[in-house]
Amino acid sequence: MKLIEALALAVSGLNANRLRSALTVLGILIGVAAVILLVAVGNGTSVQIQNQIQGLGSNIVYIYPSNAKVGGVSQGFGSGQTLTQADVDALNDKTQAPDIVTAIPVSQTAGIMVYQNQNWFAQTSGSTQDFAEVRNYDVAAGAMFTDSDLRSAAKVVVIGQTVVDNLFGGDPNTALDKTIKIQRQPFRVVGVFASKGSQGLGNQDNIAIVPITAAWSYLQGGRGKNISQIVIQAPSPDAVKTAQDEATQVLLNQHKIGDPSLADFTTQSQQDILNSATQITGILTAVLGAIAGISLVVGGIGIMNIMLVTVTERTREIGIRKAIGARRSDILLQFLIESMFLSAFGGVLGIIVGTGVSDWLATARIASGQFPPPVVSIPSVLLAFGVSVGIGLFFGIYPANRAAGLHPIEALRYE
Amino acid sequence: MTGQTAGVRQAPAMIELEDITKVYRMGSVAVHALKGVSLRVGAGEFVAIMGASGSGKTTLMNIIGCLDLPTTGRYILDGVDVRRLNDNQLAAIRNLKIGFVFQSFNLIPRSTAVHNVEMPLIYAGVNSNRRQLAMAALEAVGLADRARHQPTELSGGQQQRCAIARALVTEPAILLADEPTGNLDSESSGEIMKLLVQLNSEGRTIVLITHENDIARFAKRIVRLRDGLVVSDAPQQRAEVSA
Repeated sequence: MKLIEALALAVSGLNANRLRSALTVLGILIGVAAVILLVAVGNGTSVQIQNQIQGLGSNIVYIYPSNAKVGGVSQGFGSGQTLTQADVDALNDKTQAPDIVTAIPVSQTAGIMVYQNQNWFAQTSGSTQDFAEVRNYDVAAGAMFTDSDLRSAAKVVVIGQTVVDNLFGGDPNTALDKTIKIQRQPFRVVGVFASKGSQGLGNQDNIAIVPITAAWSYLQGGRGKNISQIVIQAPSPDAVKTAQDEATQVLLNQHKIGDPSLADFTTQSQQDILNSATQITGILTAVLGAIAGISLVVGGIGIMNIMLVTVTERTREIGIRKAIGARRSDILLQFLIESMFLSAFGGVLGIIVGTGVSDWLATARIASGQFPPPVVSIPSVLLAFGVSVGIGLFFGIYPANRAAGLHPIEALRYE
Repeated sequence: MTGQTAGVRQAPAMIELEDITKVYRMGSVAVHALKGVSLRVGAGEFVAIMGASGSGKTTLMNIIGCLDLPTTGRYILDGVDVRRLNDNQLAAIRNLKIGFVFQSFNLIPRSTAVHNVEMPLIYAGVNSNRRQLAMAALEAVGLADRARHQPTELSGGQQQRCAIARALVTEPAILLADEPTGNLDSESSGEIMKLLVQLNSEGRTIVLITHENDIARFAKRIVRLRDGLVVSDAPQQRAEVSA
């Protein structure tokens, strides 16, 4: 029997019980749509995190001091004070580290800031004028502080958009040349960073950057020239690894450490962060997909159930077909195609609904933008469709085989 | 038991049953439905197999129709030894050599008359002129104008004529009719029997299973079964078709 005939038979069989067929299709539809949607949500989270990590700057490597140990007790990550300005200068030395474009020191500090009757808390760091370039910040109003500000430890600050929103009502230009108090020290706003627009995990717009010399002098009570991290920039993505290796070597030399395993600092490239984030979001996506996959299996059982009912209902018809010359394989094919048609139809509708809802969520940005926009992944669509057809085949085999195995006389006698 | 006419004896045999027995197991009890039936039906014959219920006539029909295999004995249908065939070959025999007409019509619901008639051709793998063949068969039973109707939209007589068209469409060696008028009123019954007589006069071999003398009288030969054995086998003067 030709496939076309079998397909026509299947369609007319399903058409005879429209509501029942529709409900069975719905089961598969929900399963496929759930897989696509949840994988898209996982994927969207992954894309958002990747964008944020990429937004930290381009081709950069972070260097942190190792854990300080006081009497054998670790004081926690980054608590050591092993990085110095001399290290930064060495890293900026092209003869020692030709693949490092710029190295900047960052000294983090408390950031309680007050303007008139408003107060706010922002991530406040001391750095150099290269901070904007290395960390990929554009200056929307005013300008970055200058080299002379750095050398003179000028009390100037460049703030992020979130700070402007909370202290100055949102307009960057009104913030310029105003004096805000950070840790009770007056700082003049000389520039405002353009918003990076990234929401959710870690707001990169809630920052304030002052010259590192000013931070040392005024914000940290003159307790030494603390550097909490060094950020280096490589010229291209390919050179990040080389730059990371050069930085390690330069710092090992600086600190006179022969054995790299005893290094008193750690380096972490954007790629390292990206890799661990990708790993986590990959697991998240897989778990979400697996949970949705359960509903696909339930849908498959629905198909099997309905096919068993159909076979029983049509026992007599099967007997007639066998009497007029249908082979076992003809009957098997007819019912298999019927169940696969159900599941494939459900699969196609599920793809439409799943991608539709994903796209809608992506544009609607529900829950005030905290929800990562779903990103539909094509492999998940193909997989979900393939699995749905496979489910039709798998759960259709038993009922179809039961139909094909019926004895024609008994089937004809069935009322 | 051997009362066939000389003319029929010389015709090539369509059906040759030799000492057929059939035993069913119903739990621990063995039921001997057929106890040794021998029967020869030549081409072009019109045989009525009669018997009360329990006489084994349905079992015999199932065996003749290749829906069931005999326990012992030999059955040669149009030169083919049926006992040697596997399931698929039996399906092909049913498809090509036997046309079934059932008491309850057994049309496939929700399929039009013409589609029902096409069905055996679909299983035979005929693709090119299937629709024309089916229409020709419907024409032959006088149902061409109802080709697009579903079985539920046809009267009993029309349904049975559709079933006969389906049985004829593959040009089978024999037409096997099991109580074809059992569910019909007398007027429709007469029409159907007239159709069968006409088909027989065109050269078709027909085996008719019935328990009604009124129906059996249209046949040229009557075989009577009782308790799984042939008790009489005699030619008869066919009743007037116009009756």
